[in-house]
Amino acid sequence: MALLELKNIKKSFDGEEILKDISLSVEEGKILSIIGPSGSGKSTLLRLATGLETIDGGEIVYDGNIAARTESGKVEYASKAELKKISSIFGLVFQNFNLFPHLTVLRNITDAPIRVQKRDKKEVEETARKLLDRMGLCDKADAYPCQLSGGQCQRVAIARALALNPRILFFDEPTSALDPELTGEVLKVIKSLADLHITMVIVTHEMAFARDISDEVVFMEHGVIVEQGTPEKVFSSENERMKSFLGRYQNL
Amino acid sequence: MSFARLILSLTEGMGVSIYIFVVTLLVSLPLGLIVSFGRMSRNPVISGITKIYISIMRGTPLMLQLMVVYFGPYYIFGIKVSNGYRIWAALIGFAINYAAYFAEIYRSGIQSIPKGQYEAAQILGYSRVQTFFVIILPQVIKRILPSVTNEVITLVKDTSLAFTISVAEMFTTAKALASSQTSMMPFVAAACFYYVFNAVVAWGMDFLEKKMSYYN
Repeated sequence: MALLELKNIKKSFDGEEILKDISLSVEEGKILSIIGPSGSGKSTLLRLATGLETIDGGEIVYDGNIAARTESGKVEYASKAELKKISSIFGLVFQNFNLFPHLTVLRNITDAPIRVQKRDKKEVEETARKLLDRMGLCDKADAYPCQLSGGQCQRVAIARALALNPRILFFDEPTSALDPELTGEVLKVIKSLADLHITMVIVTHEMAFARDISDEVVFMEHGVIVEQGTPEKVFSSENERMKSFLGRYQNL
Repeated sequence: MSFARLILSLTEGMGVSIYIFVVTLLVSLPLGLIVSFGRMSRNPVISGITKIYISIMRGTPLMLQLMVVYFGPYYIFGIKVSNGYRIWAALIGFAINYAAYFAEIYRSGIQSIPKGQYEAAQILGYSRVQTFFVIILPQVIKRILPSVTNEVITLVKDTSLAFTISVAEMFTTAKALASSQTSMMPFVAAACFYYVFNAVVAWGMDFLEKKMSYYN
C-alpha cells in the first residue's frame, strides 16, 4: 500500500483552475520530486496534501486512512480527530522556513514534540541535540533564528520537522530563498536524509539534485502532470515541453 | 496651609489616581484582547456590535462617557446610586474606554503576524489555542509595546478626568486646594506629581521593551 495517495485532485482559486485532475502515489521509503515552471501548481499540491488548503475534488489517503474524498461531487474531509491523527504522519518544510522568531533554536525544535505529542522533555531535548548535530548546528541550540543564516534556518526547520518523527516529509522549494552556496549545504542535508530511507516529496527547481536523489520525478505544468517516471526517463524525455524546460538547465 | 500639608493632601489623591490607573490596566488589557477577537470575528453580528462599541468609545469624549456611567443608572433607570458608586463609575468608564483602544492595538498586532507562523504551527500539530498563546501572542506583545506605552502614558493623565464625577483623586484635590487658597501652587505640585508618575511608567515600559529585544 502506498504511504500517500492523491487521486484526481482538483483545485481552483477565484474560478481559475490551478490543479486539474492530479493523481500520484508515494511508496514508503521512496523519494518523489516534483518539478516544473512557476505557477504550475506544484506548491499548491503540497499545500493540499498537508491540509493548508482544502481540495475542490479528489481523494487524499495516507497509509490507508482517508483524509478527504469526493462523494457524488461533494468533498468530505475526515473528522477533526481523524485528521489530527493523519497529520502526525507527515511533516512540511517551507520555502521561507517559518521558524518561530521568539523561541531559541532548541525550543523551535522541542516545543511541538513536548506540547503536542506530550513526550518527555529530557528525551525530546536529547533527540533535538542529536538532530542539530546531524545538521551541523550543534553550537546553535541557544541562538535565535534571527542570528542564523538562511541556510542554517532551513536546516533548523528540517530538524524541527524531523523531531516529530514523521513518516513522510514534504519540502516546498526548500532552497528557493537561498543563494547557491547556502543551497548546497541544505541539499547536502536533504541527501543525508535519503540515506536514512525517509519518505520524501520534494518540490524543487534544483534539477541536478532532483535527478540524483529521486526514485521518481513528476513534471507538472498548468495544473497537469506532463511527464512522470524514473529520473532517467523524465530527464531524457522526448516531450517537447519537457525538453525546452530542461534546456535552461544545461549543466546537469 | 503649609507646603507639607499640600504635599500630603496631593499624595493621598495620588493614591486614588494610582488605584484607578492600575485597576483600569488590569481590566482593560485582557478585556481589550477579548474585544479584538470580537472585532476580528467572522460572525458579522459579533464583529458589527464590536465595531459600533469601538467607534462610540473612540468617537465620544471620555469625560462624557464617565458622566454617562455615573449618572446613567439614575437618569435612565431611576436607580438611586450610593456615594460609593463614584469610584466604581470611574473604574468602569476608564476600563471600557481603554479596552476599545487596546482592542485596536491588539488587532493591528495580530494581523501583522505573517500567515506562515500559523501554517507552521498547524503543520506541527498545535491546537488553535496553543498556536495563539505560544506562537502568536508573544510576538504580538513585542510588536505592540510602543503603542501600548503611548496609551498607558495617556491613561496616567486621563485619570484626572475622574474629577468630573468628583472622585477624590489627585487633580480633584489640587483643584479644590487651588480655589480655597487662591494659589497656583497646588497645580504646579500636581503637574510635578503627574510628570514623575509618567517618568516612572515610561521607564518601566522602556525596561519591558528592552527585555523583549532579544530577537528581531
